[in-house]
Formats: sequence, C-alpha cells, structure tokens
Amino acid sequence: MDILTTFVDTFPMFFEGMLLTFQLTIVSIFIAIFIGLFFAMLKISKVKVLEWVADLYIFLVRGTPLVVQIFIFYFGLTSLNISGFWSVVLGLAFHNGAYIAEIFRGAIQSIESGQMEAGRSLGMSAGLTMRRIILPQASRRALPPLGNQFIIALKDSSLASFVGVYELFNIATTQGSINYDYMTYLLIVAVYYLVLVLLFTVIVNLVEKKMSNSER
Amino acid sequence: MSESIMINIEKLNKSFGDLHVLKDIDFTVKESDVVCLIGASGSGKSTLLRCLNFLELKDSGTITLEGEVIEKDSHDLNEIRQRVGMVFQHFHLFPHKTVIQNIMEAPMQVKKISKKEAEEQALVLLDKVGLSDKKDVYPSKLSGGQKQRVAIARALAMKPDVMLFDEPTSALDPELVGEVLATMKELAEEGMTMIVVTHEMGFAREVADWAVYMHDGKIVEVGHPEELFNHPKEERTKSFLDSVL
Repeated sequence: MDILTTFVDTFPMFFEGMLLTFQLTIVSIFIAIFIGLFFAMLKISKVKVLEWVADLYIFLVRGTPLVVQIFIFYFGLTSLNISGFWSVVLGLAFHNGAYIAEIFRGAIQSIESGQMEAGRSLGMSAGLTMRRIILPQASRRALPPLGNQFIIALKDSSLASFVGVYELFNIATTQGSINYDYMTYLLIVAVYYLVLVLLFTVIVNLVEKKMSNSER
Repeated sequence: MSESIMINIEKLNKSFGDLHVLKDIDFTVKESDVVCLIGASGSGKSTLLRCLNFLELKDSGTITLEGEVIEKDSHDLNEIRQRVGMVFQHFHLFPHKTVIQNIMEAPMQVKKISKKEAEEQALVLLDKVGLSDKKDVYPSKLSGGQKQRVAIARALAMKPDVMLFDEPTSALDPELVGEVLATMKELAEEGMTMIVVTHEMGFAREVADWAVYMHDGKIVEVGHPEELFNHPKEERTKSFLDSVL
C-alpha cells in the first residue's frame, strides 16, 4: 500500500495546492459572473454594435484554446507587473465569462416576455424590471448550467500549472518527476479533484434546492 | 358622472411590418366611463389597449391623457404608465414574489414609499379583492381567478387614473370568470375609468357605459351596450353579434 503512505505523507503539500486551486476557481468564477452578466446584457440590448462586441468576445474565447488564452494573459499581464496568480485568474475569468454570458442570455430569454411587460405596465423602468423581476427568476434557471460551468472551471484551473502556479496539478507533476513515479501522484491528485468537484456539486445542489423552495 | 375627458385618441395608426393593425382610430373616454372593446381576434382591440399604455408605440396620431398630449420624446413613459394600470390575459404575476410582495413591489420601487405604507395599502387592496388570507402564498398556489384578482390589486396599488383590461377572463376556467368580473364591477361602481377588451357580453351589457365594436383595425360602431347589442346599425356588427351571442 505504497500509494496510501504517499498520500498521507504528501497531504500537507497537496492540501496547500488544493487551497490554491480552490482560490483560483472561486475568484475567477466570481469575476467571470460579472463579465458574463455584462456581455449577456450587451447580447440582449438590441443595439447592433453592442451585440457585435459581445459576439466578437464570445467568438474569441470559443475560437482559441484555453491554454493559449492563459499563456497570453500570463505573458501579457506579468509584463505589467501583475502576479502569476492574478494573471491566471483573469485569464480564467475572461474564458469562463463568455460561457457564462451565454448561460445568462439563455436564462433571461427563457423568462416570458409578459414579465417585462408587467413590470413596465406598473411604471417600472426597463432596468429596474430587469434587476427586480427578470434577473432573480433568470438566475434560478441559470443555476444548473452555472454549476456545471463552475466544475469545468475548477478542472480547467489545472492549466495554471503550465505557467508555474503551484496548484494541485503542478504539485503532482513536480512530485512525479522528482520521484520518478508519475502514476502514483497523478492518481493522488485525481482524488483531490474528485473531492473538490463533489464539494462543488453538493453546494450547487443545496443552493438549487433552497432557491426552488421559495418558489412553487 | 363627471364630463371631463380622460383619454382622447385622434387618427391613431399602428402597423407591425406590413400589417396595418390600427387604422385612423378616433376614440374618446370620459372620466369614470366603462368602455368595452369587442370584436373578433385580430381586429386590433388588444393593440389599441397596448398603445394606450405605450407598451406599443403608435406610428402616427395623437393620444391625449387627461388633457395632455403624450409623446415618447417629450414625456417619461414610465411616469405615464403609473397613471394607466394594465391587467393582462395571462396575469403575469411575479412568480418569485408572494402575493403581497407582488402588490408592494412597484409602489416601493417606483414611488419609493416605505415598506410599512406599502404593506398597509396592499392589505387594503387584498381585502378589496377578497384575498387577505392569501397574502403570503406564492402565485403558483392560486387559482386563475385568484391570480387575476391579485393582478388587479397589483395594478391598483399604483393608484392609476385609468385601468386597462386585456381579455382579463379569457384564460380562466368558466367557473372562475364570475369572481373576476365581480371585482371589476365593484371597481366600476367606485367610479374607476375602465377600458376592457372582452368577450363577456353579459359583463359588457351590465357594467359598460359604452360598447365599441372593432373590425379589421377600425372602430365600426360605438353605442350604449343595450342599443349596440339589440339594435346594431352596421351589418358587420350584426353578423359579429350573431356569431357570438
């Protein structure tokens, strides 16, 4: 049971990495939600120029590999004296923002148009109706695909290892190469990812349940 | 009954693309009048109503509300809509808010009145529509008739000068129509100015001061309900009434 001993021995090290992976994911997703919301608003603005801007952004993100985006952000931002951690966070946020924009747009457009009309008919402005009536309902519908995107972001954060951020995957490959035993460390790191994903899934399910309780 | 003019429309035109929906509509509603708009679907009744609330913007013509010509360039339509309440066929209650929150939302957010005041007002309105016991439930727990009565209370919470009803009972099971009509009748008796698009001829007969028959984007005939229903002057009106009565 070599692998178990290694698992226990390396726990403090991997735990640090797990915290860093967790931070990378949470901070980048948090920023990505704002980016996503912003571009979703552009997409539904019915102003052609703004729609094009949003389309261009989504095209750029979808059309290039995430690892390329992370390298561009890393080399671009570190040259401006921004830390490696933050350049990767911004790269991930830039990437996930596009997918989240599409999730929000879909959710907003799935709310029946009568809700906007009802708000407007009461004298509420379009912005106020969006904020008070449409978005609360849309966020509920967006939650399942958002949860999915969070999990994808968590796993994608492993690409940060390529630019030297010492998160989970980086620890695994470094240890693997030092000890000439990649397999053991890759299996161990897979367990950490599974635990993190499980944790995310449970949290998302709890929030979903709580939200659906307050309606219907 | 006061003789002051609440709404006056002159030469109102509205098209959706190539479809000319309202053609040179002239129409006047006095204060405290109850006007029923009748006509086949596609005749432009609902569009006319929606133009009065500026949910649809007219192409040409003038809309005068309480003596003031309203244009989207010179007026804040959000402010205008506060004076013109609207009740929809499909209620459009806010599903994520309880009954009382539905009613309190606009007064608090738009008129910025305090929560306490909004709540007091909402309770009075709920009492009026007979749903005080439902104040804390979500709309999904209500029957169609109850939903529509909440929607009426929600519109009244903004203290509008006119109420527009767009086929308020068309989406209801037959046994639930009565309770909504009773609420509307009560409102009419209190002197509310009302414009009602409806297929409920009985309601039109009993409550309306005027019945307006529309066909193909035009007003064909206007009259007191009894007169219009019993002795229509126009051939079109007659054939419509024969088909629905």
